[in-house]
Amino acid sequence: MRELLQIIFDALSLGSLYALGALGIALIFGVMRLVNFAHGDFIAFCVFAMLWPSIDAAAVVFAGQLPFYLLIPLLLLTGAALSILSEIVVFRRFRNANPATMMIASFALGFVIRHLLLMLFSSRPKSITLWPSLGLPVEFFGAHIPMLQVVTIIITLAVLVILVLFLKRTRYGLEMRAAADNFTMARMLGVRANGVILLAFAISGMLAAAIGLILATNSGTADIGMGANVMLIAFIATVIGGLGSIPGAVAAGFLIGAASVVFQATLPHDARVFRDAFVYGAVIVVLLVRPQGLFAPKSAKQRV
Amino acid sequence: MSQRPSVIRQTIITPIVLIVALLIMAALSYQFGSRAFNRTVVEMFINIMVVVGLYVFVGNSGLLSFGHISFMCLGAYMTAWLTIPPVMKSITLKGLPAWLLHAQLPMWVATPISGIFAAIFALIVGRVIMRLSGIAASIATFGLLGVINNVYSNWDSVTGGQGSIVGIPPTMNVWTGWIGGAVAIAIAYLYSISRSGLALRATRDEAVAASASGIDIVRERLIAFVVSAFIIGLAGALYAHFLSIVNPGAFYLRTTFITLSMLVVGGMYSLSGAVSGVVAISVLIELFRDLEKGISIGGHTVGLPNGVQEIAIGIITIVILMYLPTGLTRNREFSWRRWPLQRRLARPVQTALKELH
Repeated sequence: MRELLQIIFDALSLGSLYALGALGIALIFGVMRLVNFAHGDFIAFCVFAMLWPSIDAAAVVFAGQLPFYLLIPLLLLTGAALSILSEIVVFRRFRNANPATMMIASFALGFVIRHLLLMLFSSRPKSITLWPSLGLPVEFFGAHIPMLQVVTIIITLAVLVILVLFLKRTRYGLEMRAAADNFTMARMLGVRANGVILLAFAISGMLAAAIGLILATNSGTADIGMGANVMLIAFIATVIGGLGSIPGAVAAGFLIGAASVVFQATLPHDARVFRDAFVYGAVIVVLLVRPQGLFAPKSAKQRV
Repeated sequence: MSQRPSVIRQTIITPIVLIVALLIMAALSYQFGSRAFNRTVVEMFINIMVVVGLYVFVGNSGLLSFGHISFMCLGAYMTAWLTIPPVMKSITLKGLPAWLLHAQLPMWVATPISGIFAAIFALIVGRVIMRLSGIAASIATFGLLGVINNVYSNWDSVTGGQGSIVGIPPTMNVWTGWIGGAVAIAIAYLYSISRSGLALRATRDEAVAASASGIDIVRERLIAFVVSAFIIGLAGALYAHFLSIVNPGAFYLRTTFITLSMLVVGGMYSLSGAVSGVVAISVLIELFRDLEKGISIGGHTVGLPNGVQEIAIGIITIVILMYLPTGLTRNREFSWRRWPLQRRLARPVQTALKELH
C-alpha cells in the first residue's frame, strides 16, 4: 500500500511536469500549427534568468534571492516576454510557411537561445537552492512523499483549473478555442489573429517558466539541457493526445508520466536501464492503434 | 505521338552536375587544403550522404522523419563490430556472438554490410511505422530514434554503453568521402526517377488522387524508407571509419536536427537542395570557425568570442528560411535547361483537401 501510494505520487508529479509542457506546446500548435521546438530552451532560459551571467562553477544567484511572491511573477513575466518576443521577431514571418519549415525555424531559434546561455553561463551545471524546505518529506498514509511532489501536483491542478476557466468562460478563451478549431473561419468572424497568437505565446511562455521553477527546485541545479527532455516528452504527448486537443495533451502528459514510473517500478532489474525504450515503444504502439491520437477533436478528422 | 525525351535524358544532368561539383571540391581540398581542412571536407561528404538519404524519404514522401539518424547509429556500430581487431573486441565487447567476435573485415566489405543491415532493420520497422501518415508518422520515427538510442546507450556488453568504442581503422580520405557522396547521389537519383519514386511523389502532392489511381501508399513509402536507410547506414559506417570511434551520443537529437536543418535550408523536395544545403551550412560553419580562431589584422588577432559560431548559424538559418521558405534551391533541381519539369508544375492546384491543413 505504501509503495503503491509512492508510485502514484511519483506518477502524478512526473505527469504534471509533462502535462504542463504539453499544454505549452499544444496551445501554440492549436492557433498556428507550429510545433515549437524552442520550448525546452525557453524553460532553460527561465531557470538561468535567476542567475547572474558568469562562467564560474558557483552560481551567482541574482533574481533567485527574491522572496517567492516577487520571484514567481518575475519569472512568469520573463517566460512570457521571451515567448512573445520570439513570436514577433521570428514566428510571425512564418505564418504561411509549411510546417516543416516552421519546425526547423523553431529548432534554430532554440539552438540560438541555448548557445547564448552557453556563452553567458558555460556548460557546467550550476547548483541553485530554492526553497530547500520543499525537499522535506511529508507523511501521507504512512508513505513519505517529498513536499515538492505535492506542491507540483497542486500547482498543476491549479493551472489546469485556471486555464479551463479562462478558455471556457472568457471572451479571449473563446476566441482562442475558435482559432484552434478553424483559424480562417475564426478570423472571418472577427477574431484578431495577432492578438490570439500573442496570447497563446504568452501563456505558453509562462508555463515554460513554471516548469523551469519546478525543475530547478527539484534538481537543485541549473543545466542548459534541462528543458530538452521535458520538451520532447511534451511534444510526444501532444501528438498522442490528438493534435489540437488541449485536454488530450494534458491527459497524454499524465499518461506518459505514469507509464515511465510504472515501467521503472515493474520492469525486471536488468531491463530497467531500457525503460525509455519501453516508453517510446509504447508510444509507437499507441500511435498504431490510434494514429489520430487518443483524444482527437472532431475537427482534426480529414474530410474528403 | 510526338517523341518526348525520356525522363533520364531530361534529368540525368542533375546528378552529374552534383557529383562533378563535389569532385572539384574534393580535388581542390586534396591539392590545397591543410589536413584539418581535408577532415572538414570529409565530414561534409558524410553529411551529404546523410542528408541525401533523408531526402530520399522526406523529399519524396513529404513526411518529416526524426528517426533516420538511428540508421546511422546502426551502420556505425555494425562497422565497428565488423572491423575492430578481434583482440580488442574480446576485451571491450564481450557480449558479441562468437562469429562477430572473431570477424575482421576490410572497410570495403564492412561498409555495404552495414548499409544492408540498416536497410533490413528499416524493412522490419517500416512495415509497421509506414502505415501511419502525417505527424503521427513523424512521431513514430522519433520513437524509433529514442528506442535505438536508449538500447545502444545501455547494452554495455555489446555496444560499450555510453562510452566510446575505439579501434575502428581510420581509412577515410577525401576520395573515399567523395565516392560515398557520389554513390548516395546516384542511388537517390535512380530512386527518384524510378516508378516507385514517381508514385511516392504523387502521394506527397495529392494523397487521395494518388491512391485513387491505384498507388499503394504504404508500399511506396516503405521502399523509400528502406532505400534511405541503406544510404544512411553507409554514411554511418563511413562516419565510424572517419572518427575511428563511435558513441551513441553522436547519433541523437543534435545530429537529427542539424541534418534536417541542412535539408530544409537547401530545399527539402529536391536532390540539389539536399546537397546544396549541406554545402552551404558546412561553409558557414567553417567560416565562423575561422573567425573564432581570429584573423590577424596588422599584427593583432581579432577573433569572435567562442560560441558565436552556433548563434550565427542559427540566426542565418532562420533568416534564410524567412526569405526563402522553400530553401535555397526553391525545391528545383540544377540543370542546363531551365528546370523543364518544374516549370510545367509551377503552380500546384489548390484543392479543398489542402485548405484543411
